Amino acid sequence: MKYALFLGCTVPVRGMNYELSARKVAERVGLEFVEDERFSCCGFPIKAVDVETSLLMSARNLAIAEEHGVHLCTLCSACNSTLAEANKILKEDDELREMVNEQLDGLRYEGTIEVKHFARILYEDIGIETLKDFITNPLEGFAFAPHYGCHYLKPSEAYGGFDDPEDPKSLDELIKVTGADSVSYEEWDLCCGGGILGIEEDVALKMAGKKWRNLKKYQFDGLITICPFCTVMYESNQKKVEKLEGMEIGVPVFYYPQILGLALGIPPDELGFKLNRVRPTKFLEKLSSLVS
Amino acid sequence: MPVKLEKLDPEFKFRVASTPGGENVTRCFACGTCTLSCPVREIDERFNPRRIIHMILLGMKDEVLKSDFIWLCTACYACSERCPQDVGITDLMNALKNIAVEEGYVHPSYIEQIKALSQFDGLYEIGDYDNKKREKIGLPRIDRKGAVLKSIMERTGILGLAQEGGQE
Repeated sequence: MKYALFLGCTVPVRGMNYELSARKVAERVGLEFVEDERFSCCGFPIKAVDVETSLLMSARNLAIAEEHGVHLCTLCSACNSTLAEANKILKEDDELREMVNEQLDGLRYEGTIEVKHFARILYEDIGIETLKDFITNPLEGFAFAPHYGCHYLKPSEAYGGFDDPEDPKSLDELIKVTGADSVSYEEWDLCCGGGILGIEEDVALKMAGKKWRNLKKYQFDGLITICPFCTVMYESNQKKVEKLEGMEIGVPVFYYPQILGLALGIPPDELGFKLNRVRPTKFLEKLSSLVS
Repeated sequence: MPVKLEKLDPEFKFRVASTPGGENVTRCFACGTCTLSCPVREIDERFNPRRIIHMILLGMKDEVLKSDFIWLCTACYACSERCPQDVGITDLMNALKNIAVEEGYVHPSYIEQIKALSQFDGLYEIGDYDNKKREKIGLPRIDRKGAVLKSIMERTGILGLAQEGGQE
């Protein structure tokens, strides 16, 4: 199975542990990536300024993936929703697509590919049953809290009925297939606040803080994210949230392929745990005691 | 804030409705599902989607476009998913911001993003330091050629915002 890997802006610079673990996991489960250095920003940051420019930026990336004759895989959820929405618009409106194509400097998009998030590919294309067969080191005795984030599921009309944005199960099931428990908690669907971190930092941090308050009463080993910006909010800004909200958090945040990778038997030092900013020392100790 | 009839612009809602994303603004029947679903509203009362839509329908153009609150939407789509009238509020908020930009009110954080995109084709530069770090942990180098988005943004007129902003 082949997909074009769309890294976006944040992952290759600030989410190297996400990229590394996703690549390792993909290799194990038979997912092959096509790379292309022509990929640029998806268009998400420019939507607020001019949606037409954003659409051109998306279309250009879609055209590049289409040139390779493969569907497109994103790691970032904001890239996912921006490209999936643009894809839907361009597929449905031939006239608009023609107008867009005239501005792509020789590239053309015919509307033949799909855009899928890495987690969705694991869940839908590889499948939970197949993943089960690959598990060699089940994470028994561990529990993780899933953070779906917004753009993995929404706008739902761009995702053609994938999962249920009001009651999703894909990330829970992806966590459970590793052998760990998935924590069910209040207001699981709260937005991380990342979209306005550069606009009103305190509001964004308070939004992130609310999630940690909701999770306070649970015993678990880490928060699981599938988007680099959610991780920026919950991990990179954890200290700021602690200060602003007057609370202690100290909970590690993992990218989903990091924990799936462990369950697939990939050594921890190949999954980028050294780059997790809230040091998962206790977690790794618990893990090594499990192995020995 | 008191509504001053003589200051209302009855054309404003039509301008919003003719901007991509704003098409369905007049469908709103003010049920408030958006406001109750909004995670920003829970933290900061300045941002209230139902109120903003009502202001548009009344024609409070300046109060909306000059406000700081239109920039507070995180684009989480919680309201859009639940809106019984399919107003498409997240896209509507983008339409409002797009109109505000046309009128010269652009939030400074976007100027910075346009500058970065025009230089690096992404929000961040992937420089030597990053590539060394990437190679050290076993990731491939990324050498973007750059300037692709600059020419797109130049053609659509967005790049000019950063240049004007840069001179201020």
